[in-house]
Amino acid sequence: MVRLFGPLVGLFFAVALLWSFGVGAIQAIREPEPATAVQVYHLAPHEPEPGFSFNGAFGKFDRAQLQRGFQVYKEVCSNCHSLHFVAFRDLAALGYSEAEVKAIAKDWSNKAKVVDPKTGDETQRDNVPADHFPKVYYAGTGNPPDLSLVTKARHEGPEYVYSLLTGYQDQPAELLKRFPDSKTPDGLYYNPYFANLNIAMPAPLADDQVTYGDGTKATKQQMAADVAAFLTWTAEPKMEKRKQTGWAVLGFLLAATVLAYLAKRNIWARVH
Amino acid sequence: MSFPWAKHYKPSHPLMQWLDEKLPLPRFVYNAVGAGYPVPRNLNYMWNFGVLAGVCLMLQIVTGVVLAMHYAANSGVAFDSVEHIMRDVNWGWMLRYAHANGASAFFVVVYIHIFRGFFYSSYKPPREMIWLLGVTIFLLMMATAFMGYVLPWGQMSFWGAKVITGLFSAIPVVGTPLQQWLLGGFAPDNAALNRFFSLHFLLPFVILGVVILHIWALHIPGSSNPTGVEVKTESDTVPFHPYYTAKDGFGLGVFAILYCTMLFFLPNALGHPDNYIQANPLSTPAHIVPEWYFWPFYAILRAFTADFLFIPAKLMGVLAMFSAILVWFFLPWLDTSPVRSGHYRPLFRKFFYLLVIDVLVLGFCGGSPAETKYVLISQIAATYYFLHFLVILPIVASIEKPAPLPFSITQAVLGKDDQTAPAA
Repeated sequence: MVRLFGPLVGLFFAVALLWSFGVGAIQAIREPEPATAVQVYHLAPHEPEPGFSFNGAFGKFDRAQLQRGFQVYKEVCSNCHSLHFVAFRDLAALGYSEAEVKAIAKDWSNKAKVVDPKTGDETQRDNVPADHFPKVYYAGTGNPPDLSLVTKARHEGPEYVYSLLTGYQDQPAELLKRFPDSKTPDGLYYNPYFANLNIAMPAPLADDQVTYGDGTKATKQQMAADVAAFLTWTAEPKMEKRKQTGWAVLGFLLAATVLAYLAKRNIWARVH
Repeated sequence: MSFPWAKHYKPSHPLMQWLDEKLPLPRFVYNAVGAGYPVPRNLNYMWNFGVLAGVCLMLQIVTGVVLAMHYAANSGVAFDSVEHIMRDVNWGWMLRYAHANGASAFFVVVYIHIFRGFFYSSYKPPREMIWLLGVTIFLLMMATAFMGYVLPWGQMSFWGAKVITGLFSAIPVVGTPLQQWLLGGFAPDNAALNRFFSLHFLLPFVILGVVILHIWALHIPGSSNPTGVEVKTESDTVPFHPYYTAKDGFGLGVFAILYCTMLFFLPNALGHPDNYIQANPLSTPAHIVPEWYFWPFYAILRAFTADFLFIPAKLMGVLAMFSAILVWFFLPWLDTSPVRSGHYRPLFRKFFYLLVIDVLVLGFCGGSPAETKYVLISQIAATYYFLHFLVILPIVASIEKPAPLPFSITQAVLGKDDQTAPAA
């Protein structure tokens, strides 16, 4: 039975597939899919010079860079973007003292929204270290995403954030010549690192937009790299512990595996 | 059952003697994976993967049970609870990465285990039942993995669930009501998430049960071996312990090194970034792709682009995708060659390697965007896939002239066997 019906079923699927293939191939030859502006002009993200400190199996965060990145988030990004999964207390990992964390929370301009349990009125209070960063409500065009996980939510996330922030430019004239329908719509901005090339966020960074406390010159590239590093930390705060644990585990496993191999060889010597 | 020369369990300590009388659990273990199980002496490292699959199952159950203590299966907070595990639960990040990468490791191991079975024809009599149970385990694994991927309630969770449950709507007449019944709604939402969590917790224990049957069925004829020649005498076998416990121990070490490298240094390499975006029913991702271990089957699903004989393309795709696995159930009766091992089947071997390449190509196409060139390639690859199992294997079995087999396992290993006829 199986030997009778098996080949029939196999031929049925094979013919159906070749039918689909034929239809698709004829279609592809008759009307080849035209290239799109995105296919031609979208760019893969790249690292800043001289590279991120946290990349690689031994990579670590640069605490000073994280603090600078936090400053950029605070002074620029936080006007539109939430950081929902991060709590003020987490900032201690950036090297801030307990008092500094308290002060940062207290002075945060976006206050915690609470309901007064006596009156039922909606009111607000200063943030405390236990609070998460309050949600940012944004009334303008576009839909600014929460940034807590953004570097894990994009391919090559840290590089993507850096490239996007430094990648704003005028739409190339050749693009418009080749794809006249792909003109960047009003209210959007051309950025070859954005998935569809046109992003609602205006270029957020300009040279010297923030003044760094540690004297680092606040070029656009510097700020973009710093905030990309900060957002890598917000997405993966346990990264250093993960790699550190990983080396300890691998060291143990290598030793155990060598022993296991020797034990295996020893035991099998009896029958060879 | 076992071979007549199998060692017998003789407890020496009074406590073990007492236990053996009341509940012979140590005897059971001794006969299952101890010195009481004679195993062919010539197993190569391809035979490590059964034990490794068992290790992966235990790893997934242990990490999964702890994760379930911290996870909240509610569409309003599921995504947040996963981030809570990653940030605030002690070692939660490690548990979650261990579980997510553990699923991938489980599939890597099981795919190698299955292809070992293809090459050495492990499905042939008298081991058909082991094979049937194995395919059942694989189907249960796929269901479990699919539902597990929905739980973080990211974009790929949601849209993957929507696409896969949408397959049911291809069934004529009852399809759409069936889909709504399965989901508990018109689209994946809290009802679906809750039942997926419940089933994702249940199914691993069902898998464990079928694994026990799988091993039980294995112990009746005993393990197969790379020559495909059945065990004849005691000199063909060694006791499982210490020989294969030692060999599996080494294999486990190598596996653990590779797995931990992924876990600690590339934990998100096999996942999709979109799953770090919370599920949003109003925003469709540019490319909906399942996890890598479903890619070959996803490619087959998408390969049907034209209606065929009044059968809608979508229904053909669904039928083909499920058939692609169900066909494995019939392998023992499709491949009728009396020779088991691919080492002695020159023609079969060529088609086997072609199948390996074919499945890799299908996987590549399944993970790529649904662009014309990938669809066209996957159509050819899927055609070969079905022809391989249903047409080529039966034909090869009847026309192939196998190479001469060794007289026994002992002869294959030592070059001579005292039992061999004088001609040797």
